[in-house]
Amino acid sequence: MTIRLSTLLGATALCAAAGIASAQDTTITIATVNNGDMIRMQGLTDDFKAKNPGIDVEWVTLEENVLRQRVTTDVATKGGQYDVMTIGTYEVPIWGKQGWLVSLNDLPESYDADDILPAIRGGLTVDGELYAAPFYGESSMVMYRTDLMEKAGLEMPDAPTWAFIKEAAAAMTDKDGEIYGICLRGKAGWGENMAFLTAMSNSYGARWFDENWQPQFDSDAWKATLTDYLDLMNNYGPPGSSSNGFNENLSLFQTGKCGMWIDATVAASFVTNPTDSSVADKVGFALAPDNGLGKRGNWLWAWSLGIPAGTQKEEAAKKFVEWATSKEYLALVAENEGWANVPPGTRQSLYDNAEYQKVPFAKMTLESINSADPTNPTVDPVPYTGVQFVAIPEFQGIATGVGQQFSAALAGQMSAEDALAAAQTMATREMTRAGYIK
Amino acid sequence: MARAVTTNRKITMTVIAWSIGFLIFFPILWTVLTSFKSEAEAIASPPSFVFFDWTIENYGIVMERSNYFRFFMNSVVISVGSTLIGLIIAVPAAWSMAFVPGKGTKNILMWMLSTKMLPPVGVLIPIYLIFKNVGLLDTRTGLVIVLTLINLPIIIWMLYTYFKEIPVDILEAARMDGASLRNEIIYVLTPMAVPGIASTMLLNIILAWNEAFWTLNLTAANAAPLTAFIASYSSPEGLFYAKLSAASTMAIAPILIMGWFSQKQLVRGLTFGAVK
Repeated sequence: MTIRLSTLLGATALCAAAGIASAQDTTITIATVNNGDMIRMQGLTDDFKAKNPGIDVEWVTLEENVLRQRVTTDVATKGGQYDVMTIGTYEVPIWGKQGWLVSLNDLPESYDADDILPAIRGGLTVDGELYAAPFYGESSMVMYRTDLMEKAGLEMPDAPTWAFIKEAAAAMTDKDGEIYGICLRGKAGWGENMAFLTAMSNSYGARWFDENWQPQFDSDAWKATLTDYLDLMNNYGPPGSSSNGFNENLSLFQTGKCGMWIDATVAASFVTNPTDSSVADKVGFALAPDNGLGKRGNWLWAWSLGIPAGTQKEEAAKKFVEWATSKEYLALVAENEGWANVPPGTRQSLYDNAEYQKVPFAKMTLESINSADPTNPTVDPVPYTGVQFVAIPEFQGIATGVGQQFSAALAGQMSAEDALAAAQTMATREMTRAGYIK
Repeated sequence: MARAVTTNRKITMTVIAWSIGFLIFFPILWTVLTSFKSEAEAIASPPSFVFFDWTIENYGIVMERSNYFRFFMNSVVISVGSTLIGLIIAVPAAWSMAFVPGKGTKNILMWMLSTKMLPPVGVLIPIYLIFKNVGLLDTRTGLVIVLTLINLPIIIWMLYTYFKEIPVDILEAARMDGASLRNEIIYVLTPMAVPGIASTMLLNIILAWNEAFWTLNLTAANAAPLTAFIASYSSPEGLFYAKLSAASTMAIAPILIMGWFSQKQLVRGLTFGAVK
């Protein structure tokens, strides 16, 4: 009897101990994209675990479009598969309004949310609630070959105009030597050619919709945007540019085939990395071009960490978000990987840091981000937020369709006028169906 | 003279066949070669075919970053599991349709095939919600069920075609000798249809191994197979082609090796009854 009782007591104690252990061990699942900054974060996870004993981390890394589909399904159905999601400035306002994300307004004072760059913070805030913390922010800017510019007898201003870009592209192009004056996105997609063209159109005074949600592709400003874009690409761009996205242009630039490339500021660390880039020591940076209308053709994006409302591990998830987007994390990356590899574009304190100011693209990245205004993206007033996108759920579908028309025009399959007319018809039909146009 | 023409023709046909084979195999070969390059060499223009600095660094990085064997085991369990369950359901179904056809058999077969014509994304949300409610999200069991159901029409169709080639007289003789239905299927039909069943099984394993819609959408950290492993190395912002190629090579290697060793069986099954 005594033996039985002690066995029972022992077993109970073991169960209790196991229960305590399991209560302490929380595993959070984080969905993320495969890019350099995120991979570095995965490599530094041990620091988080050391500071937060009892919290383990599982990573699910997916390609951007797969991730977007995957996390959208999960958050919309409250599937609870992920405790932290990597999402962009397009998703955050839409999901925040739907109540799909946990508010981060209660992060501790030591987190110093006021240090987040205002333009980035504004894009992640809905009705005063911060719904995601920025992991890295980016804008777009001109990256150019200093040697080719010098050879052409030109000097790139810090804030060029589109007219100068055209002049420089013409002067730098040497098709026999396989050097093309300008490389721009041509691949169809709302996050591909339409990200660039929407940002470019802002500097031409164009807009997606007027205040009554009427599509504006029949405006002179859109016509001028698309005509100039096609003119630049057809005369001075690389062959097959209607298939080129970020990676294709990065490859062309790194192998010395582009005179200028206007794209994400995050590319700066790639093109200046001597391991991968053959032109690393010949790259200069300038703000995205303008047309003298008070708006530049640069965009604003932030990969951010949000917590889905369906998670059962909100407390642990918040601790992770706080760690990954903190000032201390930036210092940790600098210590391990150097200042050039610190996730850019999120905190003012990073740009106040004397060490970081030595990074060649730091100043231009900050100025590019600060010059973008997601709530007032173009010359005329608009009913939407977003610089290179319109933060409504219907935008992905419409913009991908419009992007296909513009890409077809670049491939020579239709004229600019026909592409714009098709875009206008498509956008009007979809906006009417969605109930924006009565 | 006629002999010389035949030899020339044979040589021509052989060259054409090898050229087509090489063309089809080239993307895989290029992926394997790229996996041994540095990232800079992977994007070099013009690209070098063989004369580059070979490195296994990419494989090291991939192994360090990801738990390859967990993805691999998930792929094995999901593809083999869904295939075996599919065969257990499909053999009797195909038997009844081949040997005891009713009025609606043809229509049922067509209806089953028509389910393959529906874009899977059309039923993603309902299936996702069902899986969530019954706790099957991110489980191997859930994926085995889904892949069994998805590939069942193909398995039944293939087996039906093979079974139709087997003379009914043999089955009738077995029945006259007193064989029960169970014994008829297990001891008479199945041994005769082994090449067909084997090729159906192999093809289905390959289909399940490569399935990349449901396996990506219904898994997260626990049940993700090698398709998710590859997807984790694709990046729209960053040139990681060499690492992606290393991950792809590691993902396709097991199924490629399996296909290589079983190619005789596969070809025999796929051409079963093709020439009479």
